[in-house]
This record gives sequence, structure tokens and C-alpha cells, in this order.
Amino acid sequence: MAQISVTVDQVDYSDEVEPRLLLVHYLRERLGKVGTVVGCDTSNCGACTVLLDGKSVKSCSVLAVQANGSTVTTVEGLASADGSLHAIQQAFHDEHALQCGFCTPGMMLAACDLLRENPNPSEQEVREGIEGNLCRCTGYQNIVRAVQAAGRTMSGSATEASL
Amino acid sequence: MTTLEDRPVTEVGKARKRKEDAHLITGRTTWTDNMTLPGMLHLAILRSPMAHAKITRVDVSGALARTGVVAAFSGQDFAETQGVIPCAWPVTADMVNPGHPSLAVTQVNHVGEAVAVVVARDKYAAQDALEAIDIDYDPLPPVLDMEAALADGAVKVHDHTESNKSYTWAFESGAAGTGGAIDDALREAEVTVKRRFIQQRLIPAFMEPRSTVVQPMGDGVTMWSSTQVPHILRTMLSLTLALPEHKVRVIAPDVGGGFGGKLQVTPEEVICTLVARKLGKPVKFTESRSESLMSAHHGRDQIQDITITAKKDGTVTGLDVHLMADMGAYLRLVSPGVPVLGAFMFNSIYKFGAYRFVCDGVFTTKTPTDAYRGAGRPEATFAIERIMDELANELGMDPLELRRKNWIKHEEFPFTTVCGLTYDSGNYEAATARALELIGWDDLKAEREQRRARKDPVQLGLGISTFTEMCGLAPSRVLGSLDYAAGGWENAAIRVLATGKVEVVTGSSAHGQGHETAWSQIVADQLGVPFDDIEIIHGDTQSSPKGMDTYGSRSLTVGGIAVVQAAEKVVAKARTIAAHMLEANPDDLEFSGGTFSVKGAPGAGKTIQEIAFATFAAHDLPDGIEPTLDSDATFDPENFSFPHGTHLCAIDVDTETGRATIRRYVCVDDIGEVINPLIVEGQVHGGIAQGIAQALYEEAVYDDAGNLTTGTFVDYLVPSAADLPSFTTDRTVSRSTTNPLGVKGVGEAGTIASTPAVVNAVIDALRPWGINDIQMPCTPERIWRAVATGAEKSDRDAGGTVAYGGASTSTSDGSSDGELS
Repeated sequence: MAQISVTVDQVDYSDEVEPRLLLVHYLRERLGKVGTVVGCDTSNCGACTVLLDGKSVKSCSVLAVQANGSTVTTVEGLASADGSLHAIQQAFHDEHALQCGFCTPGMMLAACDLLRENPNPSEQEVREGIEGNLCRCTGYQNIVRAVQAAGRTMSGSATEASL
Repeated sequence: MTTLEDRPVTEVGKARKRKEDAHLITGRTTWTDNMTLPGMLHLAILRSPMAHAKITRVDVSGALARTGVVAAFSGQDFAETQGVIPCAWPVTADMVNPGHPSLAVTQVNHVGEAVAVVVARDKYAAQDALEAIDIDYDPLPPVLDMEAALADGAVKVHDHTESNKSYTWAFESGAAGTGGAIDDALREAEVTVKRRFIQQRLIPAFMEPRSTVVQPMGDGVTMWSSTQVPHILRTMLSLTLALPEHKVRVIAPDVGGGFGGKLQVTPEEVICTLVARKLGKPVKFTESRSESLMSAHHGRDQIQDITITAKKDGTVTGLDVHLMADMGAYLRLVSPGVPVLGAFMFNSIYKFGAYRFVCDGVFTTKTPTDAYRGAGRPEATFAIERIMDELANELGMDPLELRRKNWIKHEEFPFTTVCGLTYDSGNYEAATARALELIGWDDLKAEREQRRARKDPVQLGLGISTFTEMCGLAPSRVLGSLDYAAGGWENAAIRVLATGKVEVVTGSSAHGQGHETAWSQIVADQLGVPFDDIEIIHGDTQSSPKGMDTYGSRSLTVGGIAVVQAAEKVVAKARTIAAHMLEANPDDLEFSGGTFSVKGAPGAGKTIQEIAFATFAAHDLPDGIEPTLDSDATFDPENFSFPHGTHLCAIDVDTETGRATIRRYVCVDDIGEVINPLIVEGQVHGGIAQGIAQALYEEAVYDDAGNLTTGTFVDYLVPSAADLPSFTTDRTVSRSTTNPLGVKGVGEAGTIASTPAVVNAVIDALRPWGINDIQMPCTPERIWRAVATGAEKSDRDAGGTVAYGGASTSTSDGSSDGELS
């Protein structure tokens, strides 16, 4: 067993974990952060994407021990404490960028990282930027719109873009 | 809170943002795999690595010795109790159903079939212990190719059946009295075109892997499952396991997509129930993606031999369809019925004089096939839209002109087809005209000719698909005539609470379609209550006890109408009480915007909320009136509805690399009236994406030993955002005449229409090379080979991969030095 300390969605946790435990299983099964989901076993689908120290990772491909000392943001930590939605959440709602919603947490967090690197991406840049995240429902068109819309909102509001 | 004054005149037709989103975008979800219960145990399933083998020995003792393992079982342990997976659609009286054990007992018949199960205190322990199970297999030859499977002396998948044929289902318009005799049409034809099309095997690939939790409750069970069909599952599970139906509760919480893939009673659901009852503990099973791809049912997989006859002027006369449909190793819930659902759609929007459809259902040692988005109708639409292009090519006619010449004219509706179906309404002319305008068809045609003339290595192809489909499954009488076991009605109930808030219970179990939003819009208009005052309840057989669930674009056209009817009953009850409150005759009241008032005496009135409270208090109701406004309605449609549309695709095909890149995709769909255009557009986008995926990307491939070589998302190419274009969508509105909302259904339209539009475009680009077909998916390799050899590529060994068996998955020596024309 290994000792880890991780901050997840602004809460500090210290736990003993098996060295082989995946970060996504640590989140889901030890911390009950079930907003983050598992969609595949080959790191293709991106449903489990979270931010690790601000950068998007597929949490099925990170060991919990690798997150020791780090800060993790999941979909459950995107909205503000007062419940107001993050720009990416609002944009996904406004643009009808989700149907079943299973890929949505990972898709939004991948988009956050994309917008951090490129606040005003073109359609093609969004498409290439989220190609590690699969969606079976939407055909991606409204997701692309939502990411671009969130980018416009976030670059107009520095505080929101700081995530 | 929304006030009545804030409400728009009608909710229906408004692009309301979805109610469903709030919990999905914040991660406050209830996926089945999120569920934990005290003492819950975890299941892991050992699956067959063999396509076809006798099981000679199973020893689970090694697994039992592992830390954390509570129990382990083989098929023998449940041989007497597991029953067989139900098949609800015996399409012919003599259909052969070999029986589908949930856990294989003596023989395995496809790779991925469940053979043993480990139960442990955590998921990792269960998974680890699978390796300690010892199984001896005695291999049998795999059965992979449908034609070979039907040949005399073929190895049989199932020893106890006479052959590998499950059934032959046939329809002929002369015999049915719905049209002429096909033999006459074939004999008298001035022009005949025959083609063989291959519908490759596909995998629904919903994003949420299947998951099931079962809690034993006294002498019954509660099951949470990632299913499209909690109601069907409840009934079928009780029949399969001889559990009294009233002791079984099934809950479909948040469900992450289905596309037909969760229209099933799965072996895993049965196994979980057996284990939970045996151990008296709650259990959970969640599949991995690899398990999902090889054991959840597949879709499509047909060989289509199509003959079309016509006069020299292009008037089509006859259509003769012979299918082989791969059932896989077993029959699941509606496996045999899927191709039969397509039987009435091959003639599509065209006025054929004679029609024949013959389908053989064939067993192979592959994963069973069953419903996948469109279920029978994409296959039919592909075949007719492809053969129309081939006929046009043969006649030297413009493919669009050929379609115009033969389609049902707007003024001819309602129109009874050569299959005997009566199409409710449509305007193919208007949808097509709008689509041509949006894509700039004439300019694209001019560009195509220029690029052909200058032998541009990147050729432009233009593809057309003018499709129709049948939605709203289904009139129960029709289902009965097709030997389906159940009906096609849908139920809704409305509960008006004391404070005037409204609960709507629906039997349509949504999993991404947006029922909560759309049903709220319908009820807001019907009852005159605010959109936000309505709660939609679904997906739990205890709280929504009656239903036929969600598939076949049926929810709105059947379930939505049940909601309307339930609302009408609420208004009728409220009218009686309002009349009493207003001291008026019920017939003198009018109901508008949620308020009853006396005709000609505006001002005085009673709102539905006031009536709701008066009913709740029940202090002063008319004599003999029950103190409730609640209602219940079950709607059984009289007919299907028939959406249609025109999809156009412009594709750049690089003849040097074989790469096909969609440049523009335009569709104009006519789905009748629309409740929520935002949701409709989303359904169309997603549907088109799945249809394009069949045309260009996806294929479930088996090697010559019967291994699924596309068993992970590394190999099975679900398209990403970078693989797809933006779509231009528009609509025309031909109100359905078969239901009071005038709606037609949209869930499958995009998938049905888009595949032939894309493939027709690819072929159009390559006509100068004499190419008449490329097997789907039209991969760069296949396109490049077709260009390099100049040969028609519909033959079974033509592709780079062999979708339905055969010797190899890929060859690198198949190219020839054939010259380009």
C-alpha cells in the first residue's frame, strides 16, 4: 500500500492505496466522485478525462499514486461554490452539446484544457483538440459550437478563464 | 418561478434548452455503475476465447481460493435454473431457435460468450481471480461465412438443429395482393440491374458500458440496469427465470446511450439475478469496453442481392430482394425481426409495380446481431438508394431525374405502396428542392465535370439519398400480424398535485433523447401550466409501471400521444369541477391558457391550479365526482408515420491516396410537426454521424478463427470530431395524419439516410474508372484498390478486410497494375 495526498475539487484527501489503483477508480470508488466515468479500457474514449494540476489527463491512464501531491479537478468541481455554472457547462447547455451525457464530463474538461492553450480556437482546431474524446450521440457539431462559445465567454472574463 | 404571463403562447415548437442537462453537466448522475449498496458484491465474467468449442471441463476451485472471492460458478451450476435468453420475435412458425443459455454449459458458439463467473468483495479481486479458473475446450471449426454456412454439409453451429438456417421469411406483392407478380416484372423488364451489396457488421458502441445491479428483496429482486427497455426487461426476466412478475422491479437510471444496443435482455442481467438470489446479497456487474464490443449484440451484417427492373424511359417496374442476414450464434430479443422490419422499406418512396422480399436468417459462430439504430430500415434504404444510382448509370440518366420520375408525388398522398403500407403524408419535391438549393447543386455539378475533364487527382463526388422510413413502432395489430410477441402501445399518466404542479409518468424510457423537456412542452400547452412546473417520471417499473420503452423512433409518435390523451382526460375532469365552482354548465366553459372561463363572460375564471387545490381539498365537489384530476391513457397507433427527406453529400476523393473527405453535407428532413427544434437538430446530427460511420469508418471484423479483431476502441473506429464535417440541416413540414400532434419521429432518420448518400458520392467520384461499388466502410485502402484495379469491388474478397468471414483480414498483395481509364 502507498500513502497519497491529493486535492480533489478543493477538498484534501489522504489515503492508503494499492500502487496499481487507477486514478479513475480512486475517484469513483474511494472518494465517491462518480461524476467521472469510465468508457473504455484502451484510453481511446476520454470519458474519464479530469484536470491534473490544470492539464487534462485520462484518469484511466494515471495511477492514483501518480496524483500524489497534485490537484485534481473533476466535473463535480467545475461549478462555483454558489452553484453558478462554469462557462463550459453553460455553453454545453446552451448549445445542446449533450444528449445522453456520458461523454460530457470528460469532453468538458478536455475542452477546458484546449481553451487554456488556445482561447479562441477555429472549428478545425476544436475538432482536432477534442479528438481524444468520443461522443456517440451528438455528431460533435454542437460540442464544437459550445467549446467555441465557451472560449468567447472565458476570454471576455479573466476570472472564469483562470481555471 | 415562471408565471403564467411569462409563458409564450405555445411551448410546442420552441427551442427549449433541456431540463435533463442540469445533472449531466455537473456530474450529479445516476449511472448504474455509480450504485453501491451495503454488502454489495462484484461480478467478473470469464468469456470464451474460442469461436466454437465443446466445454469438456470447468474447474473454478482456483478462483475460490483467491483472497476476497466469495463464490464462483460455471454454466453447470445454473444449467437447470437459467432458462434461455428470450426471443420475442419468432418471425415464422417454423423458425429455428437453438436456445441461448446465459452462461454456456456444454458448448461455446462465439468468442466472448460467458462461461464462468467470479463473485468477490471488490472488482479488482473478482477480475484477478478469473485467471485461476481452469477450462478445457475441445475446438470445433468456426462457422463464419453465411453462404458457406447454408451449403450442404456445412459445419453446424448447433448440433441439435438441422442446418444453420434459422428461418426464411418471404413477401411477394402478387401473392399478397398489394401489387403485381414479381416474375412478370422480371420477365417483361426492358432494363434489369442486379447488384450484391454488403451491409458490414457494426457495433452499436453506446458510450456507457452496460452495467447491472441486482438486489434480492425477499422473494423478489430489484434490478438497476443500463437498459433502454426496463418494462420489457421486467416481463422477460420474470418469464426467463420463472420469477413472478410482480416480484420484479426494474429501474433504468441515467442510461448513457443505447442506439438499439440496450434493447435487450442480456445474459449478464440474467447472471446477476441468479447470483444475487443464490447468495442473498446485492451484486454488480459492469462490463469493460472490450467485453462490450464482443458480447453486447452487434448490428447490420447482411448480404443483399438486389434486382431492379425498369422500362427504357426509367420507369421502375419491379424490385426483387434476397437477403442473407447473419443472426450470429443465437437469437436474442428481436434478432430475427430486424431484417423483417426492413422488408417493407426497400421500395421506399418509389412506385414499383411488383416487389419480392426473401430473407434467410443464418447462424454463424459470431456475436448475435440485433437492433442497431434504424434496425432493418438503414439496410433497406441503402440498397434502394444504391441500386437507383446503378440503374441511373445503366440508363445514362441523371440519378435525381430517375428519382423524380418514380417517386410518389405530393398530391398522391396518402399513398398505399406495393408492400401494402399507407404513407401518411410527404413532399419529396419540396425537401429535394430545398436541399439542392442549400448545397448549391448546380455549381457542384459544374465543378465535378471540370475536375473530371482535367483528370484532377482529387475527384468530386455527389451523392443523393431520398429516403423514407417507418416510425412509431407500432400498431399492435401489425406487430401481431408479423408474429411479434408483444404490442406497440404506450402508456402515460398525469398526476396533478395540490399546488398545481404536475407529474407526468411515461412508459417511454429515455436515454439521451430529451423526453423530459419535450414531454414538458407538450403538457405545458395541453394543461396551460408552466414548463418548469412539470416533472417527468420514467424508467422505473414501480413508479412508471406500464410501458413499451424507447426504440424505433416511437417515443413521441406513440408515447407523446399517450401524454396528450392523458392531458385531455385531466382537462375533462377539471372542466366538471370548474363548472361547479363557476356555477355554470360544463359545455359553456372554454379552456385556454390554463384557465376555464364562461364563454362570453371573460374575467371570471378558474385556473387549473385553483381547480387542483379545490380538488385536493374536496370540500365542495359536484356529487359523484372523485376528488382527483389524475388520469391514465394508453395509446395504440392506427398506423406508422413516414418521415422522409433528401440528404446530399459532396465528397472529395483522392484517387492517389484513396482518402475520401466529406466537403459538404446537407439534409432537409420532413418529420412532420416538431416539438423542440433544438432536440431535433441534435438527433439529426448524431444520426448522420452514425450513418457516415457505417459508410466510411466502422466494421466489426472477424479473423478466420472467429476472433473479433476489432474488439477495442483502438480497432473499432468510432469517428471522432476530427473525422466528421459540420452538417447543414433544414426541414420541411408535412404534418402526419396519423396522430393528433402531426409528428413523425426523428431518432433514426439521419442514420437511415446518410449512409447511401455518402457511398453514392464516393462511387460518383469514381465512375470514370468504371467503378460501380466499393464495400463499406469505404476506407482509403478499398478506394485505392478500386482505383488501382478498375474493378467492381462488391465481391466478397474485394475489400482490404473481410467483414463476414473468409480467409483473411487483410492482404497487401491484392493490388494489380490495372490501368486507370
